[in-house]
Amino acid sequence: MITLNHYLLLSALLFSIGTAGIFLRRNLITLLLSVEIMLNAVNLTFVAVGRFNGSVEGQIITFFVMTVAAAEAAVGLAIIIALFRHRETLTPDAFTSLKW
Amino acid sequence: MDAALFYLFAAISVICSLGVVGQRNPMHSVMLLIGSFISLAGLYVGLDSPFVAVTQIIVYTGAIMVLFLFVVMLLNAPREDLAPGGQVPIPRNLKVVGGLLSLSMAGMLVWALSRLAPTPFVEDPQAAARVESVREIGLVLFRDHAFAFEVTSILILVAMVGAIVLAKKTV
Repeated sequence: MITLNHYLLLSALLFSIGTAGIFLRRNLITLLLSVEIMLNAVNLTFVAVGRFNGSVEGQIITFFVMTVAAAEAAVGLAIIIALFRHRETLTPDAFTSLKW
Repeated sequence: MDAALFYLFAAISVICSLGVVGQRNPMHSVMLLIGSFISLAGLYVGLDSPFVAVTQIIVYTGAIMVLFLFVVMLLNAPREDLAPGGQVPIPRNLKVVGGLLSLSMAGMLVWALSRLAPTPFVEDPQAAARVESVREIGLVLFRDHAFAFEVTSILILVAMVGAIVLAKKTV
């Protein structure tokens, strides 16, 4: 019998994996991917709780989260391209000064 | 939902996400994340939400992840820790601290959720049909959340202009 708790636990696990990626990795693209993992974990919570309440509101919030994720990915990747053009590296430690 | 399918998809998504975080090659990370998203779409189907499942596959794996793949290939993304310029790799003690932080967060979340009494889904075919119906989603989206929907379009426009301006040769 799969209960709501199973879905919440799974999404908590996925969210923690995403934070671990933010803490442990030193590659701008992987950092953005970790943010996507966290957004998806939250989406799973929304859909599961919406199903539990018998309403479609959870799916609608998921729809908005996906839109924001798309916008965030587009702008974030553009910033990464601009940074890479300056320093030829994706290590965040290379971009410690605001002006060069 | 069939318990076996839930555990299968949950295992795939967790293993793929761990692979995303553990990989050194960004290309492999993106591929594994696509696997994780597809298994999440399977979980959405189990939650009687086929619309979200299809959107997940079309928008996430079809659009966002392809964008990531393009950038990884465009930049010929260097493998982590092999980047030129003499950057030192992340120190070991910082890695330990970061791992402990995320582990403690996982522990906290699991502990908090384990205090929750088991809450099974109500087997109400009427509620399931309402959640499942794309017509209902459209009605609620365009009637109750019309303003948020319109604001979203402005957000997309701004993001599009911003991405073009940022990626231009001369900023």
